[in-house]
Amino acid sequence: MDIVYFAWVRERIGLPREQLETEATTVAELVAELKAREERYEVAFSDLSALRVAVDQKLTDFDASLAGVREVAFFPPMTGG
Amino acid sequence: MRIVVQDAPFDLGQESADFASGHRDMGAIVTFTGIVRDLPDDPMEAMEIEHYPGMTEAALAEIAQQAIDRFLLGDALVIHRYGRLVPGEMIMMVATAARHRKDAFEAAEYLMDYLKSRAPFWKREITAKGSDWVAAKDADEDALKRW
Repeated sequence: MDIVYFAWVRERIGLPREQLETEATTVAELVAELKAREERYEVAFSDLSALRVAVDQKLTDFDASLAGVREVAFFPPMTGG
Repeated sequence: MRIVVQDAPFDLGQESADFASGHRDMGAIVTFTGIVRDLPDDPMEAMEIEHYPGMTEAALAEIAQQAIDRFLLGDALVIHRYGRLVPGEMIMMVATAARHRKDAFEAAEYLMDYLKSRAPFWKREITAKGSDWVAAKDADEDALKRW
């Protein structure tokens, strides 16, 4: 599975994209797994209310299933326009 | 519908003229243009805009299609830039074509409200003091509730 990060999430984690083999079945489980890896992930994911998630490029929530998913993206609330 | 995501500048006059031509049954065209605005107390050197290639185009097309369906538009145009921009530069534009002006105006507002907080762009302001990501405002999220 590809994990992508944008804006300050990318800066805190220190990379824009990584590949991960995971047993996580939901986004929330994936976040828990990432947070357990290293402090920079713990810091980036410390306040989920400040984060948004997209699964296969569709905006969703942290309860979303990861069944068959190829790409998960984490980023702050968007500021287009 | 036309969706353009690019780093290069766009020609507002040419885009507006092209959009306005070829809609004989549409009596109203509204265009909105967003400009990089300087900060009064802390002059801005540049604004950097990051986006999510692939999702950006899909999200903008979905938002534009919703506007077309809801306001019975004849057409809609969204152009949004990314990369490094300086104050005074145009960031983005939308254009809407409808039979009557009310739908064209409302559709342009609808497009702007949605692409502010549902299109995957992130802005960073760079000043002499440093750089900061622009935080999303609660008001931007609240703006969606009226639709």
